[in-house]
Amino acid sequence: MQEETIKRIEKKHPLAIRWFHWINFPVLMLMIWSGLLIYWANDVYRIGLGGVTLFKFFPAWFYNTFNLAQRLADGMAWHFFLMWLFAINGLLYVLYTAFSGECRYLLPNRHSLREAWQVVLHDLHLRKEPLPRRKFNGAQQIAYTSIILMGVGSLLTGLAIYKPVQFAWLTSLLGGYEWARFEHFWLTIGYVLFFLVHVAQVIKAGWNNFRAMVTGYEITTIEETPVQETKP
Amino acid sequence: MTQEQQELINQDVEQQMRRRTRRSFLWGAAAAAAGVGGWRWLSTRREDDGIQWPLRRALEIDEQLARDYFKGARLAPTFPREQAREPRVNGDIGLEEEPDLKAWKLHVLGLAEATNEEDKTKPESSSANADEETDEETDEEADEAVATSDLLLTLDQLKALPRIEMVTQLKCIEGWSVIVQWAGARFADFANVYRPATRNGEAPDVQRKPEDLLRYVSLTTADGGYYVGLDMASALHPQTLLCYEMNSQPLTAEHGAPLRLVIPVKYGIKNIKGIGTIRFTDRRPADYWAERGYDWYAGH
Repeated sequence: MQEETIKRIEKKHPLAIRWFHWINFPVLMLMIWSGLLIYWANDVYRIGLGGVTLFKFFPAWFYNTFNLAQRLADGMAWHFFLMWLFAINGLLYVLYTAFSGECRYLLPNRHSLREAWQVVLHDLHLRKEPLPRRKFNGAQQIAYTSIILMGVGSLLTGLAIYKPVQFAWLTSLLGGYEWARFEHFWLTIGYVLFFLVHVAQVIKAGWNNFRAMVTGYEITTIEETPVQETKP
Repeated sequence: MTQEQQELINQDVEQQMRRRTRRSFLWGAAAAAAGVGGWRWLSTRREDDGIQWPLRRALEIDEQLARDYFKGARLAPTFPREQAREPRVNGDIGLEEEPDLKAWKLHVLGLAEATNEEDKTKPESSSANADEETDEETDEEADEAVATSDLLLTLDQLKALPRIEMVTQLKCIEGWSVIVQWAGARFADFANVYRPATRNGEAPDVQRKPEDLLRYVSLTTADGGYYVGLDMASALHPQTLLCYEMNSQPLTAEHGAPLRLVIPVKYGIKNIKGIGTIRFTDRRPADYWAERGYDWYAGH
């Protein structure tokens, strides 16, 4: 007798989380876009040491290509409108995961770090053993929790530069007005890096995984040793 | 289970999944269409002072929340004197002409009737209203009904008010900031002597009943080319100065001689240089940059 493979539909992502996720995607994109319109007016950050600049944020072609120059007022108006959508959607997500118990799958535990390292080795083809078959592996738990903390960081650093007198305690906690702007900027670069890795992983994981983030369901296969139908 | 049964189950599963997928992607497409539609609707609304009107309304809601949260007791951080630097000269709108410091007088309007009779000097009617022609308010009758005692003040009269020195950060709306030492008179002290009219016509009490005062302050350069509007709470903030010295030197022309506003609870755009007129008013005053797409409140 041969081994049987039975397909089954399994619930993976709750409806609420899928909505939060897909609403956040365009809202965050627009926050980054309007943030760039604002950043253009004082584009002082770079990667480099002393007089050597490896990369300037951002070269002129970048502003020109995406029509980001001379639009500070535009950028501020959009940013201070969309910030509410970003904040409310993020807050609802955190509340939902906390009260629905979904956070159990999302929050890292004491095994996550070791497992995350194994995932990295696996992805780099340095480790052969298969990944754990759970909803979220250690690397995902760390990544998806970090991105929420980064969101909190963006809101706090944003508030610190938005109302630096009324929230002077927060601004000074973050190192002052200039530092808060710097931190706000680098958190955004962090989102972009997250996005690149995230999309690459989604492509790598395949259609079944991506479809689950839209439909909520994935197809799993159960491999069982066949039941003997006739006993000797 | 036979191979055939297995096949049947698996086919059924695939079919169910296709159905779910179709339904979810249709929902997704509808949501995406709604999102794109919302975006296009917002982007194509008619402009209200340089930005789409829904965005202007959003800024106004942000402003109301900020004003509710605002407390005059919350102070902008101050810094050691040695950190003070020369600020960049970022704007010269309204300052094209060199100020005639000898002839300079501050024109004050919107005062309560009985303000300091001995200080009162009626302005000459011909030149007095030159500033206001650029101001976009059309109907000033309401203000004038409650306040008719205009003043012309000299710099010495302003210097007679308690002198305040502070080292604060000037924050440009572009995103840079600079620490500067300022000296001048508190706007609140100024308003305590040259008292704004009240909304209800009663005697003004700047310290105890600021909510009775006319709600706004309009400041314009001598030539009227630049103008800002302030809410009264921000104007009366203890760090808001009518400033005549910067980094221990009298103001230079490019930094707004002889008198500029320093208001750390606002972006640099509200720190008007070369003040010619101060007017208390109950109507939201015109504001140069707010007319060009920026937030009218621009508060910190």
